[in-house]
Amino acid sequence: MLYFSKLRVFSVLIFTLIISYFTISNFTKVDDEFFSKNIKLGLDLQGGSYLLLEIDNEPVITQRLQSKVLEFKKFFKDKDIKVRNFVIEDKSIIFDVENSKIEDVKSLLDDDKSEINPYFQQYKSHQFNFENMDTSFKLEFSDYGLVLLKNSSLDQAIEIVRRRVDEVGTNEPNILKRGNDRILVELPGLDDPGRIKSLLGKTANLTFQFISSSSEESFGTEKLSFEDGSSEAIVSKRIVLSGDNLMDAKPTMNNQTNETVVSFSLDRVGAKKFGKATSNGVGKRLAIVLDGKIISAPEVREPIIGGNGQISGNFTFQSATDLALLLRSGALPAPLNIIEERTVGPDLGKDSINAGIMSLIIGFILVVAFMFYKYRFFGLIANLALISNLFLLVGILTLFEATLTLPGIAGIILTVGMAVDANVLIFERIKEELKNENNSIVAFDSGYTKSRTTILDANITTLIAAVILFFMGSGPIKGFSITLGVGILTTLFSVYFIARLITAYYVIKNKHKEKLI
Amino acid sequence: MKTIYFNKFYKSFNILSGILIIASLVFLVFKGLNFGVDFKGGTLIELRTDKSSANITKIRDSFNQMNLGDVSVKNFGNETDFVVKFEKQNSNDPKFIEEIKTKLSNSIGTVDFRRVENVGPKVSAELLRSGVIAIALSLAAMLLYIWIRFEWQFSLGAILALFHDVIITLGVFSVFSLEINLSIVAAVLTIVGYSMNDTVVIFDRVRENLRKYADIKIFELTNISINETLSRTIITSVTTLLALLSIFIFGGEILKGFSLAMILGVIFGTYSSIYIANPVLVSLKVSQRTIVKEEKNN
Repeated sequence: MLYFSKLRVFSVLIFTLIISYFTISNFTKVDDEFFSKNIKLGLDLQGGSYLLLEIDNEPVITQRLQSKVLEFKKFFKDKDIKVRNFVIEDKSIIFDVENSKIEDVKSLLDDDKSEINPYFQQYKSHQFNFENMDTSFKLEFSDYGLVLLKNSSLDQAIEIVRRRVDEVGTNEPNILKRGNDRILVELPGLDDPGRIKSLLGKTANLTFQFISSSSEESFGTEKLSFEDGSSEAIVSKRIVLSGDNLMDAKPTMNNQTNETVVSFSLDRVGAKKFGKATSNGVGKRLAIVLDGKIISAPEVREPIIGGNGQISGNFTFQSATDLALLLRSGALPAPLNIIEERTVGPDLGKDSINAGIMSLIIGFILVVAFMFYKYRFFGLIANLALISNLFLLVGILTLFEATLTLPGIAGIILTVGMAVDANVLIFERIKEELKNENNSIVAFDSGYTKSRTTILDANITTLIAAVILFFMGSGPIKGFSITLGVGILTTLFSVYFIARLITAYYVIKNKHKEKLI
Repeated sequence: MKTIYFNKFYKSFNILSGILIIASLVFLVFKGLNFGVDFKGGTLIELRTDKSSANITKIRDSFNQMNLGDVSVKNFGNETDFVVKFEKQNSNDPKFIEEIKTKLSNSIGTVDFRRVENVGPKVSAELLRSGVIAIALSLAAMLLYIWIRFEWQFSLGAILALFHDVIITLGVFSVFSLEINLSIVAAVLTIVGYSMNDTVVIFDRVRENLRKYADIKIFELTNISINETLSRTIITSVTTLLALLSIFIFGGEILKGFSLAMILGVIFGTYSSIYIANPVLVSLKVSQRTIVKEEKNN
């Protein structure tokens, strides 16, 4: 155990130096992306906001079923099959089929090549499962169909969330999928997430609908309240124009009224629709509806043909800016609920870093002093191993750009405390061996050999705890498991390569000396 | 070094441990644990007031007027820092926190919200579940590991020592109503690792000595092994405790609970390796035949 080949010595040194370089690179500036890596600080250290959003998929499911009903109607009409009594009930579609065509409908729904109920070979599942009772059919989403739907609405939602967050202009936001209905948004440096939360909390479904003069509208009417809650109005269900046709929106000042408004421009289709509707509706009031609430309902004085318009509604400049932003980024497929929020102010983050570094330095000094007191020269060797251990640990965390959290710093300090264990086990064993063995080289060698399994056992148990934490923990706790786990690996390296190398060199030089340790 | 007769006190300390475990269980069942917002849901606000004239009573009164459910206010480190926790969580309303801040500044002057945590009921239930699973999983993994490495008598001793440490540590948290949050789960897992580590070191020596000495009774043998590994046990627990004390004292309020749990765990872990794990070997009458038989089977 004491022999090292020249090549081995060389590679240990090179490896240690390279990794240690990355520790130092945290404190220097180099004009190269690879060589100027820094440890990423977690939100608890640099301050910022963590938001976990959950999509409420209920409305999407209903919407999708509604459009599916339209598809079915057209599909069966083309096939000359009479179906009737379509109902959407309890997340399923129910309809009746004429007696003679029951078998036809069954095979149309069940076929692997079904156009209306697509079959996914790799998942062995149709989009819909169906039940048949006499002439009645009942369809509901299969598990896979539901997953597909959730994934697509998550994909859409994450895109919209990203646009909205980007438009606000926070630095380096981190937006990630979690499962199939959640989105994680990390906003470093943001200490008041109020605005982002209000932007993400809105679906931003914009529609233009005429205020109904008579309740006998062919499309039906609905009663909507105004945004400020002051009054209600009866609105035609016919949607003149929706936010989909919006090309751009920005806050501007209306020179005549001296009011802040949101001006928008429409795409070509939208402009045409809007022009036609406003031509026919001169004199009527057109309600601008956002997420089921009327923002304002101005009277149409003249046809609006150019595709440009304005939305007024008692805006402040801030609220006009936000509305314009929401309209530009598009509507979310479904409402998002914020189910978890954690915000740390920047000065608490700074305090935490200072406290963390302070306790690391003091803990380190105490351990080093204690080891020197207990083992003198060999204490120095263990301490040298401990220092290189720290450099390796921080270096590896930097190299892999791991996120350092406050519990992560605690993990580093804990590593300092526990890392000496391996050297202690070895030194104590050597002491025992020296009692019965005069040749110090033999004693040292067997000291290392005999303590090896114990050291492995001891470290594997801690590693198991770290790995489980890594997979089960979240955020700051994950940071702890990373430093603890990597710390064990660097500990073993520093004990078996660095400390053993120095020990070997020393013992071989001083083999005739009495009482080596 | 002089031999210490740890084995003379096996019985008395076993009785003590038994009492502590029963007491802990009684507290855990009847008083329960003080779960933080991570596991109970709700809102936590760490705030700093402008002047030290703001006190707990004043802050509690103004929060109580806001209809936020059960409110708890605690001093947090400095005399100007407080942690407020309440049941209501409404992270969907973007003005929720802002309104609280306005109302609070009206009654006690300028406040700075240094940290806000808002955990919905669904998430807190999930976090609690995954915390329990993590601890159960780590105990199972340790059991598996030690079962592969040692004979069953040893495994039983090590696992009993683990349960002993975890139960008593949680018991202390229950008695003093200390908060259980995500970092305590991390601490408990690390305690499990540490306690196992400590037990394994002594057990390795017991097994080695069992091979060496056929005619020494296990009662004596455990004591020899404990003594032979004693200086290592002391040095390692001292260095670990030094590191943890440094976190406890200098690491800021957020890490207090975490480091305290670890400190307790290291103390109980060291104690249980000697006074729980070893007596189990003695009462199961482990002898040289126990390990030789196993080795033949393998």
